[in-house]
Parts: sequence; structure tokens; C-alpha cells
Amino acid sequence: MTAKSIPAGVTAVVRAFFWLPRSARAGVLILVVLVIVTLLAPLIAPHDPNAIDPTRVLAGPDLGHPFGADALGRDVFSRTVYALRTSLAIVFASVAVASLAALPLGTAAGYFGGWVDQVISRPLDMLLVLPALLLAITLIAIVGPGSIVAALAIALIYLPILARVQRAASLVVAHAGFVEGGRARGWSSFAVLRRHVVPNALGPLLVQAAILAGFAVQIEASLSFLGLGTQPPTPSLGLMLSEGRDVLTQAPWVEIFPGLAIAVIVLAFNLLGDGLRHRLDPQGMVS
Amino acid sequence: MLQIDDVRVRIPVKGGRWVEAVGGVTLAVGSGEIVGLVGESGCGKSTLGGAVMGLLPSGSQLSGQVLLDGRDLRGLTAEEYRQVRGNDIALVSQDPSASLDPTFAVGAQVAEAIRNHRDISRRAAREQAVELLRAVGIPDPAARYSDPPHRFSGGMKQRVVIAAALANDPSVLIADEPTTALDVTIQAQILHLLRDLTVRTGTGVLLITHDLGVVAQVCDRIAVMYAGQVVEQGTVRDVFADPLHPYTRALLDSQPAAHHRSGDLPVILGQVPDLTHPPAGCRFAARCARVHDRCTTAPPVVETQGGGRVACWLHDALPPVAQEVS
Amino acid sequence: MNPRLLFVLRRLGLTIPVLFVMSVVIFLIIRLVPGDPVRTMLGFRATPESVAQVRAQLHLDDPLWTQYRDWVAGVLHGDFGQDFVSKAPLSELLAQRVPVTLEITLLSMVLAVAVGVPLGVRAAVGGRWVRRLTEGFVVFGISVPDFWLGIMLVLVCAGTMMWLPPSGYVPFMEDPGGNLTYMILPVLTLAVAEAAYIIRTTRGAMLGVIGRPFIVYLRAKGTKERSIVYRHALRNAATPIATVIGIQFGVLLGGAIVVETLFALPGVGRLIVTAINQRNYPVVQAGLFVVATLFILVSLITDLVVGFIDPQVSDRGDS
Repeated sequence: MTAKSIPAGVTAVVRAFFWLPRSARAGVLILVVLVIVTLLAPLIAPHDPNAIDPTRVLAGPDLGHPFGADALGRDVFSRTVYALRTSLAIVFASVAVASLAALPLGTAAGYFGGWVDQVISRPLDMLLVLPALLLAITLIAIVGPGSIVAALAIALIYLPILARVQRAASLVVAHAGFVEGGRARGWSSFAVLRRHVVPNALGPLLVQAAILAGFAVQIEASLSFLGLGTQPPTPSLGLMLSEGRDVLTQAPWVEIFPGLAIAVIVLAFNLLGDGLRHRLDPQGMVS
Repeated sequence: MLQIDDVRVRIPVKGGRWVEAVGGVTLAVGSGEIVGLVGESGCGKSTLGGAVMGLLPSGSQLSGQVLLDGRDLRGLTAEEYRQVRGNDIALVSQDPSASLDPTFAVGAQVAEAIRNHRDISRRAAREQAVELLRAVGIPDPAARYSDPPHRFSGGMKQRVVIAAALANDPSVLIADEPTTALDVTIQAQILHLLRDLTVRTGTGVLLITHDLGVVAQVCDRIAVMYAGQVVEQGTVRDVFADPLHPYTRALLDSQPAAHHRSGDLPVILGQVPDLTHPPAGCRFAARCARVHDRCTTAPPVVETQGGGRVACWLHDALPPVAQEVS
Repeated sequence: MNPRLLFVLRRLGLTIPVLFVMSVVIFLIIRLVPGDPVRTMLGFRATPESVAQVRAQLHLDDPLWTQYRDWVAGVLHGDFGQDFVSKAPLSELLAQRVPVTLEITLLSMVLAVAVGVPLGVRAAVGGRWVRRLTEGFVVFGISVPDFWLGIMLVLVCAGTMMWLPPSGYVPFMEDPGGNLTYMILPVLTLAVAEAAYIIRTTRGAMLGVIGRPFIVYLRAKGTKERSIVYRHALRNAATPIATVIGIQFGVLLGGAIVVETLFALPGVGRLIVTAINQRNYPVVQAGLFVVATLFILVSLITDLVVGFIDPQVSDRGDS
């Protein structure tokens, strides 16, 4: 089969994959595997994640239950698979919401500058007055705990960071020759923004989003661990860690595997983010 | 005094290859003398400076001899070399803004040069540094001692660098393009300052530059470098009046100031040879207007005439004189 | 005017609006709770009389700006109001809790800096195996969630080996040795990730400085290699390092919330989390205010330190 018979979209994806540095490719592969696992969770998980089995309380790992069982006899492997689903959903939702909000705000602030910049950036800067986790907890204190609130809280933490990066990138692009050219040709601001500024300023935002996605997993787990995020019985990595703490010495597997899962996701996003940074952010706009 | 004898420097580049940046240079700088080392950028003149300072890029290979007051610097340990640098040989480099540590007070950077080599108190070093700053023409040196470098102009910063370089009365000063980054009016001031200070203390200066005008202003002797080799050296008066090597002649002809006739400036056609594979014969042969058979087969023999030296087959007929340049 | 004094004054001036905005945001929390916060606090069975009584007690029926003014005036006099559950004055509660949080965060930061900066320097100028080891540590420290690391430390050091107490606390004044013993695991838990960030930043900043011409010039002066690396290069790399330490202090304050819960330490973080679960809004408000103020003060101190290390920063903008 020649390259020409492969659909253009596939070749583009393959090319993008090999355009990444080698370590970032490893990150992509891990993420692809994790996404497949979460999409196919019902097929992959051997047991019902919430099925309580009194005969298997704190049973150790064996072939049928590779991660053992928890204090209620639930299968830790199945719960980890479903918890990955919750965690990744919250991560993607929070980063997507924050990026989609940051894109127009940051672009407008960077491209127009002046009072537009002031009106957009000053209120966003106020969000940076609190440490990240505290900002999330503040929002939860107002609205009450839950998965959706946790996702929104993480989005709220990330919005000012992403908007700031997008603003800096747009500011650079706004003064590039081809943008001046577009304006000289009499294009509307919107056309210039859509055709020139956004496509050329997108790199740093992508890099920052990839790096932040990794930490979103940690924040979500921290919130759930504190009882402020995902609520039981929904399986969540943070909740599992919180539950496993009580049986730590008798059944460490309840604790070890969900924690490793978090570490692997964070590592994968970091590898991807660092690789993208090498390729897309030569000026080092992303902190 | 400084004697450089048949020094070769090879620097590793990508792909396991080597560039012969300096290809057998013999040169001497006497006490109180200013020798101009001239050549285009990339001809190896700064690498030669680095070889003398013991500051070549890591992995470089150095052969030949570098004698300072009769002592071969090549055999020194890292610590012994450190004790020589800034004490017996000092450096003034191109961009004074880049040479100074931006986070330290300028006076402290001069005092540091003293305390690197002499076991004296902070206070004594400070007093000496103030005197050095005064000697190089910094107004109100005691008050400006504590100022960071960015509050000084380029010329004033270069004066600070010179003060630090001359702090320990070195035998030899290597001045690598000391005025290139400065305004023309400041250039002359700095050059004359260098000249006054070194002649008074008997410090020999190797003045590395691409500017023949600078050489004409302050140097006693000149060495012309091309593609890693010195092609001609002699007194400034002799070489400027009667350049023997075709490259020296071309270089002099291409100087705007030295060119009296009207019309376009002559340029030297062609390219510098690839120094990962230096040519077998004369390195200038490919660009020389007076090239002949012998030039491409064997390197030219160094001949001397009237105290100067030239490496060119055109002057082969001349009777050989003593190898050493006085 | 002395440029440094001017710089300090200007930076102090910038802090005041930030404190104002933060205090407004935190003040509004209790007022933004959907529905009636008092009803939420008291539960469904509260009588209208008790709700009205608590509303009056919290001055919730006054105009907003009067409430804000009274609250700020109280805070400025060290009066944070009353704990809604125990009725104790909050200033006393905070006086017990804040030192615990400060002790954990400061000890973690000191440990992370003491380990991270030298390792970061070695990672920049050292041999290949130092580089590999530090890179591995950085990846580990950044990827592993801090509280999970804490749990694993408990498993190894306290559970299996019985070396250290798994959780608990005694005040430093009562038993300094016991206090520090209780601090070991929480501080280690927080310091690993901090050290990883500090190593990464230090290494990057040092690599940037080592390639600059003034380093060559320092060698040409005969400066000792130790002095070049630790006096000159490190000082030039200090601006990004100090900035990251300042930012990471905010992360530490967040991490302290989790670690205090994990190790049962009576700090402000655990106070806030417990109060949120009890709908004890006055405590939430006071706790958030104290932690946010700490964060803003640390940012201020960081900027001042950076200005004093690097005169170019403090000189910028005068002229």
C-alpha cells in the first residue's frame, strides 16, 4: 500500500506524532492507552466497580483481581479503571472549558491592548490572588462539593493562567508583518484574528494546556481526597486513596494502585507538555 | 614576555570532525610592546587568545609552546593556570556590557581581581580598587564603587574591565577587540588609555582586532592572520608602507580610510578554506591574484626581511635570516 | 531618592489593592452562598426565630458595605469574629492553628531549598550521572501526587518499620523533640515535589548563566571555579529561582491543607476543610483570609528579595 492510498487525516496524525520529540511520543502513547481503557471500561473491568463482596474483604491481589479488593470487598482493578474514567473526564472538561474561555479573552487582550486589555486582564489577575487549591476550595465552599463543581473549580484556577499565555502570544503575533499586511488589505479585525492571529498564537496555549492537564489530575484527586470533589459511591482516584488510608497496613494494594495511576497520568501529560514546549514555544512564554 | 611557538589548536565539531582553528602560529609580545593581531572574523585570532589564556572550548587540542616569561603554560594544572590568569596574563574582551557580572558592584569586580591572587583584606582590596578606577579615569571612583554595571556607559564599563585586568600588573594583556562595541569617539580614548597604562608598567599587549585603523593608532608591531595562520608580521611602519603578502596588501587596499583613490573599494573574492580539511599548500592560494603552481602543493616557507616575516612563495628568493623575531 | 527605597515603596503600594480585592472576595463568600447561608448552617429544622437571631448576630441584615467595613475594622484589631459552632473567639483559634501551618510550610520550603538549589547547580555543572539522577528525581517529584507520597511514607516509615509516628501533633513549646518527630513525615511529603521544581528551575537558570560571556571573563580574572559557580552564576540565576520559590509557597499552602488532613495536624488548612464540611462560614472566611494574606505577603517578600539580589530589577523604571 502506498502512502497516497492512506486517508489524508491519518497521515497528518502520523506526521504530527513523529514531529514530536521521542519522550513526548511516549506520553502520547500512554494517554492513548488510558483513553482507550476508560472508553472501554465496561469491557476491560472484570467486575462491577461498586459490587460489594463480603467474602473478599481486603483480599490480596490474584489472577482474577490483579489489584486486590478493598474494605468492602470491591475489586480495586475495576474501580481504578472506572475512577480513571471520572478523573480523565474531569481533567478534559476543566482544561477544555478553561482553554475555550481563555482563547477569546487572551486573544482580544493581546491583540487590541489598551482598555480592552485592562477590562479583561485586571479581573482575571484577581483570581491569582489566592493559591490554586485555595481558590478551588473557596468555590466549593460557596457552591458545595461534587464532580462538576470540582471541574469548574479547576477551570477557574486555569483560566487566568491560560488567558495570560494566550495574551502574550497574541501580543507577539499582533505586531508580526503578515498581520500588518492583513490589516493593510482592509480586512476586518475579526478576519485578521481568525485567519492570522489565532492560528499563529495557538502554540503556547496548547503547551500550557497539556502541562496543566497533568496537574488537574492531582488537584482533582486532592479535592476528592479531602471529601470536596467527587462524592461516593462514584469511583474516583482521590476517593479511593482516602478510603484506602484506613486499611493501609492490612491492605496496601488499595492505596498503591490508584496512586500509581495518578502518577502515570501526570507523567504522560508532562512528557507531552515538555515535548510540545520544545516544538511550539521557542520563546518560553509558558512558565 | 609572551612567546607563542608553533601553536596549533583543533576544536571538535559535530560528526566527530575537527576544525584546525589555529594552524602553527609563532608570535612574540615583548615587554611594553603592543602587537596588533589582525584578520577577518573567524580567522582564529580569538582562538589564539583563548589558547594563551588556557580558555579553549572543552575537548580542544593544543600543541606547540606558550611561554610566559620563559615558563611553558601548557604543562600547568588547572589551579596553577588559574593563578596565572588575571595575575600574569589578563584579558580585556570585546563587549564590556557582557564582560561584567550584572549583579555585582563594579568596584567589587575590580577588588575581586586583586583578591583572586593576593591575600589581602577586603578593605585593602577596596582601597586599591578605588585607586585603579581613578587611574582608568572613572570620575568620583569612591562613590561609584558600589554602583552596578548597568548604571555605566559602554566606555566607562570598558574602563572598569581594563582596571580589573591591570589590577595585578600582568606581564601580558590580551585585548580581544576591546573597542569594537564602542562609539568611534570613545574608541580612541580607550585605546590611548590602554597604551598609556601598559607602556608605563611595561605590560606587553596582544591587541586582537579586525580594524587596521586601530593598529595604526596604537601598535608597535602587526601580525596578519589568515585562516588560522600568521601570513605576515613586522613593524607597523614597514608592513603598512610595503606589505609583502598578497593578503596583507588586499586587506590594506580594502580599508576605506587607507584608500585615497576614488571609486569602489577593492574586495577579496572567493571564500576562506574549509578548516576541517585545510589545503595542502598556501591557505590563501584559492583567493590570491598572484597564485602559481607551488602555492597549491606545499605550504609556504616563512622568510624574513628587515626584521619582519612573511609566509609566501613570492618571497622565497630572499635570503633567510634568523628565525626568531626580536 | 534612593532607587532601592523607591522600589520598596512602589512594591508596597502595589500590595494594598491586592489585599483589598482579596478581602472583598473572601468577605463575599458567605454572602454568595446560594439561598440563606444561615439556614444552610443551621439545618432544615431551624426555627425562623433562631435563623433571625443568627442573622442579627452575624450582622447579615446590615447593608453590605457596612458589614464589610465592620469586618475589616475587626480584622485590623485582631478580631475575626466567633466560631459559629464552638462560639470561641476566632482570633484565639487562629493563633493556635496558624503556627502549625507556618511550621510545616516553612520547614518544607527550607528543606526543599537546601536540597534543591545545590542539586540543581550540580545538575547544571556536574557530570553525567549527577544529571541523570537529578532528572529522574525531578520527574518522580513532579509526577507523584504529594498526599500519595505521604501515605507511602507512612506505610514504609510508620507502618511497617515503626520508625515514626504515623500522625499526631504536640506543640513545639511543650516538647520540641516530639514536635519535630511529628513534623518529619508531613515535611518530607511536601518537600519532595518542591525540591523537584526548585532543581528544575535552578538547573535551567544556571545553564542560561553559565553560557554567558561574563563567566569566561571571570575565569580570565583567575576567579576560582567554586566562586564562579556559587557566588556569581548562582546570584545571576537567583531571580528565577526566588520567583519559583515564591510561587511554590502558594502551592505549599494548598498542599498543607491536604497534608494536615492526612497527618491529623491542627493547622489552618484542616480547620478550613472541617469548617466547609460543617458549613461553619465564619471560620471558613477567617481561615481563607489568613492563608491568602500569608500568600500575598510571601509574594511581596519574594519580589523584594529579587529586587535586592538583582539591581537591574530594582532600577527598572527609575531614570
